[in-house]
Amino acid sequence: MIINGVTIDETFAEAFPMKATRVIITAHNSKWARISAQAMTGFATSVIACGCEAGIERELTPFETPDGRPGVSVMIFAMGRKGLAKQLETRAGQCVLTSPTSAIYAGIDDGVQLPLGKNLRYFGDGFQISKHLDGKRYWRIPVMDGEFLAQETTGMKESVGGGNFLILAESQPQALAACDAAIEVMVKVPNVILPFPGGVVGSGSKVGSKYKALGASTNDAFCPTLKGKTRTELGSEIESVMEIVIDGLTEHDITHAMRIGIEAVCKLGTGNGVRRITAGNYGGKLGPYHFHLREIMS
Amino acid sequence: MSTLTFTLKSIPRQRVDMSPLSADRISGLSIDEIRMIELQAGGTRVTVDELFDVYGDPGESMIIRSSCDKLDYIGRDQKTGYVTIEGSVGAYLGMNMRGGSITVIGNAGLYSACQMQGGSIEIKGNCGDFLGGALPGIKQGMKGGTVLVKGNVGERAGDHMRRGTILVEGNAADYCGSRMIAGTIAVMGDTGRHLGYGMSRGTLLLWKKPVIPPTFNDCGSHTLTFLSLFFASMRDSDSKFSDPVAVFNRVQRYGGDMAGTGRGEILVKI
Repeated sequence: MIINGVTIDETFAEAFPMKATRVIITAHNSKWARISAQAMTGFATSVIACGCEAGIERELTPFETPDGRPGVSVMIFAMGRKGLAKQLETRAGQCVLTSPTSAIYAGIDDGVQLPLGKNLRYFGDGFQISKHLDGKRYWRIPVMDGEFLAQETTGMKESVGGGNFLILAESQPQALAACDAAIEVMVKVPNVILPFPGGVVGSGSKVGSKYKALGASTNDAFCPTLKGKTRTELGSEIESVMEIVIDGLTEHDITHAMRIGIEAVCKLGTGNGVRRITAGNYGGKLGPYHFHLREIMS
Repeated sequence: MSTLTFTLKSIPRQRVDMSPLSADRISGLSIDEIRMIELQAGGTRVTVDELFDVYGDPGESMIIRSSCDKLDYIGRDQKTGYVTIEGSVGAYLGMNMRGGSITVIGNAGLYSACQMQGGSIEIKGNCGDFLGGALPGIKQGMKGGTVLVKGNVGERAGDHMRRGTILVEGNAADYCGSRMIAGTIAVMGDTGRHLGYGMSRGTLLLWKKPVIPPTFNDCGSHTLTFLSLFFASMRDSDSKFSDPVAVFNRVQRYGGDMAGTGRGEILVKI
């Protein structure tokens, strides 16, 4: 399959089941809501070493938030419920509670409930106040800047993590420009996050390493500087490869995000140095979700 | 929705215990079986048929017409169903109620919403003492649900209240929020003496500045985010609390009752 001169490989992205939750962070203005959300989603690119994958889903207007203030929707993904609960509570406590004027609410109502303000309330040292409104429990925790408000719990959903595609370009700036084009449209898709820095992976990994202590190492088949030294997947014209990883609540969400992202990349075409789109997989043996590029783009 | 209507034939001489007619107890009964239910009226027992004209289809909705303040315990232990009462009601309206709704187009007597656990009660007129309270000897009053009173409420509204919300569009008499354990009481009108007497936790939200008891300490003026959620939860109610003009989040906060644990608060609109 070739779109605007860009070859779409006959391959698939392999993704895994994950647990996900969503929280709504609000603040006095959108700037501080964003800062709080950025802090909460920091160091959360990959479950390999961060404990979770997290990202900003989108910014919310005052009409979309529970307390009528500007807000940000944040999604967090982890491999299991306990790990997700731990990351959620730690990040809410260290990043949102500490952020001035902030408040945090559930972004998913149903499903298994994860503690949000349920344990953070003890920071109030006995001065915390519970309020039960509209069937939901909230905790008012007195803090130095006023009062921190946290909903007791947020819902957890079964989700999908690790959807991806790789952009192969003639130069590094052209690969980056293609990623920018894809990210610009993909961040508008609901129910997905792009957990890596700016949504882009500059150093995709393969499973395993020559060093026993490492579970993952550089994806040498796609490293342009190793073209002559390894079993490369790259042609002579490729000088840079970048990857976009997508976590989403459902397979459909990831498929949609991949489709519009790849469309944006292909729109740039070979005239802008984009030559191929491929995807990362492990032969289909590890992840139950397979996103076939040509099916998605057909 | 099928509706069963009870029209009071005449004002009974004795007080009538209406608890056998709660929606849950009569569910599954035919209209003839309902007519033969016996009610305690003072020292005697009378059938429903002697007191009421009963017609309609038994179901989740019930209307009591020409009601009077001799009818006690309406909606007692109710878990589901919608009850509308045209006229006043006696004491213990919605006692131990757990769900559904009760609307009174008139006044309600003593101990309305007493030990209520869920659901909603709306009283279009005034309400007697001990709204949302606990029976003597019981440690916890209202534990959940919402009560809206369009008129005034008597003394000791929310006495021993543990959870839930009481909304009063009119005035509240003395000892409002007395011995309150938790929950929220909002009063748009005036409040009487001894506000929050013995209150250990909970919130009294007031539109008009009250006489602050000496055992409450001024905690300063604040903008509280939770008030936005509080008013948002009233959005769909047919009350002044859902009026955007009534919404505020800037309050003067008083902490108390410092004669006790002192974790309660009086929030006064500023």
